[in-house]
Amino acid sequence: MIGLTSYLTVSAVLFALGLAGIILNRKNLIILLMCVELLLLSVNTNLVAFSHFFAKAEGQIFVFFILTVAAAEAAIGLAILMVLFRNKGTIDVASFNSLKG
Amino acid sequence: MLTPYTCIALVLLLPLLASICAGMLPKRLPSSLAHQITIFAVSISFILSLFIAKWFLWDGLPAVQALFYNWGTAGDFQFHLGFLLDPLSALMLVVVTFISLLVHIYSIGYMAGDPGYARFFCYISFFTFAMLLLVCANNFLQLYLGWEGVGLASYLLIGFWFKKESANAGSLKAFLINRVGDLGFLLGIAAVLSYFGSLDYDVVFSRAPFLAEVTIPITAHTQWSVETVVCILLFVGAMGKSAQMPLHVWLPESMEGPTPISALIHAATMVTAGVYMVSRMSPLFEYSATALSVVLIIGATTALFTGILALVQNDIKRVIAYSTLSQLGYMVAALGVSAYAAGMFHLVTHACFKALLFLTAGAVIIALHHEQNIQKMGNLRRYLPITYVSFLIGALALSAIPPFSGFYSKDAIIEAVSASNIFGGNYAYICLLLGAFFTSLYSFRLFFLVFHTNERFDTHAKICEPGWVMWLPSLILVIPSIVLGFLLVNPILNAHLLGNAIKVLPIHLPQETSLSAVQQLMNFWRHPAIWFALAGIFVAWVTVIKYPSMRQFFIQRFSWLYRILINKYGFDTFNQWVFVKGGKRLADVLFYVTDLRWLDGYVVNGTGRLIVLFSAKLKRLQTGYLYHYAFAMILGVLLFILMAFL
Repeated sequence: MIGLTSYLTVSAVLFALGLAGIILNRKNLIILLMCVELLLLSVNTNLVAFSHFFAKAEGQIFVFFILTVAAAEAAIGLAILMVLFRNKGTIDVASFNSLKG
Repeated sequence: MLTPYTCIALVLLLPLLASICAGMLPKRLPSSLAHQITIFAVSISFILSLFIAKWFLWDGLPAVQALFYNWGTAGDFQFHLGFLLDPLSALMLVVVTFISLLVHIYSIGYMAGDPGYARFFCYISFFTFAMLLLVCANNFLQLYLGWEGVGLASYLLIGFWFKKESANAGSLKAFLINRVGDLGFLLGIAAVLSYFGSLDYDVVFSRAPFLAEVTIPITAHTQWSVETVVCILLFVGAMGKSAQMPLHVWLPESMEGPTPISALIHAATMVTAGVYMVSRMSPLFEYSATALSVVLIIGATTALFTGILALVQNDIKRVIAYSTLSQLGYMVAALGVSAYAAGMFHLVTHACFKALLFLTAGAVIIALHHEQNIQKMGNLRRYLPITYVSFLIGALALSAIPPFSGFYSKDAIIEAVSASNIFGGNYAYICLLLGAFFTSLYSFRLFFLVFHTNERFDTHAKICEPGWVMWLPSLILVIPSIVLGFLLVNPILNAHLLGNAIKVLPIHLPQETSLSAVQQLMNFWRHPAIWFALAGIFVAWVTVIKYPSMRQFFIQRFSWLYRILINKYGFDTFNQWVFVKGGKRLADVLFYVTDLRWLDGYVVNGTGRLIVLFSAKLKRLQTGYLYHYAFAMILGVLLFILMAFL
């Protein structure tokens, strides 16, 4: 039987990987989007683990909702990315700094 | 119907109304209307003043004072506009309106064709109003109002020809130096208000004896009596207005104004306001021997040293201006020995003969087409006989030759000073005696240079006596210059013409001369001053007519003395260096260092620069990179978690 701690550990590792991907990635905007998905997935894993552990179904229902929203978000994110590429000709994260003071 | 109240109200208001009318005279009306209005108003004023003089000087009415209206109330203090009529103010009213009327008439001729004709009459009428306001004041504030009013009129009239640079400079100088005096005067009034609790003359004077012992701490260890402080401060005001050393430097510069102004304002009336004021304040000055000594010494110094300066001047008006300074010194010296009546007496006679001298000098200037240099005149008696006689009488009166009016008044002053035992009395006596010598010396030097010797001007030019409007006032002034002293000497000095208006403590009371006017005249050789005066005339005759080359000899032999005199003892240089240049330097420091560098540079622009600098550092935080913001967010979250645990 895999314990709650193991789930949470996996989830934390996933979350840390997602964060590290966001912070360290200087190249590709798509990787950034994937990292955001990773963050969401890690949180979902937490939700599922707790829902199973406390024997309550609401957590897993929430996961469905979150996955749906995440899918929509990914679609929008990719669409924005397409437009951005058309305008800028690149998806290099380091080149998007027009808010620089 | 003719009560003192209506009389004085009309005397005051008519010149003011006339001034307003003349000032607002539309351009399309003939400008002669200006002098008609003002002369009409001033003549009515003069006639009413004669009524007042009859009541208070002749019939001996008790002093009257009343309120025109209440000007303002501040806490317990009431500021009134009112009047005080007593022999002293009645005498001054007559003098002021009389001289003013004659000068108004004279100005018709002197100012004829001037583009500022109406403006001139507006100013001069306003001056008359302000002077009358000053004279009939019954409280210090009204006195101050008139005091500043005459100062303003003087400023406007000195700078009347405002296109002339020297006139502007002269008016500014007069105004600025009078500010120095007025500051003292204002402080004196403030001290009166705070220690006497009132500004009304009668209240202040009735409290004066009780405040004789009260002192003011000046520094930690010195205490001065209130009366001394008040009197000296008030006298500083008088020094400014009456041009006493060291505040005398403005009066010669004021000669840049038109000559009628010099006669009215800078000889007969305004400059004597200080003398009048001190006489009026006699109940205060009597309680301070220190202040009286200061007054005496300053007056005597002015009388002698400014008289000497007149010897080296070559401008006809400036010579007379210096003689005015000297005569004012005599009056002030008389006040210093508590001979207020003698001071006022000299004020009255001096007003007549000095106005006469100025008016005749103006006639000479007009006749010679605005030539004022006496080295370019000479032998004018052939061309201007009336002016010649008038000027001669004026000069004789000024030199105190019997039986002319100056003899009685100046002699009364010298007698009073010699009889006084106040501190500085001996010094003052010597100054005044020597002053008598120099008075006649410069007067007759001027007289001989202008009316005798050879013509030193272009004789082809047509030179003739100006019209009657110019010589008639002079001729009218000749009469009081001859007889006024004789008529007034006994009433004013012995019969207490001025009555209770002047207060003299018994210890300061001069020994009365029981001699009548005729006896004084008969015994003229007993007065030492007369011999000094005659010696002055003789020296003038020798140096100007007999041996004209002596002037050159003196200038070469005593060149150091000549240089000192030409530089007017260096007062102007001193003022130029210390006050003008020093003031400029101070202003430069304040402007360039304090204002530009400190305030603008450090405070105003410094704040801006600091913010720019700081924000330049701060904006580096805003990199615009997404991952930096994300990192900052995570750090923040971690920080919150950490805080939650701690």
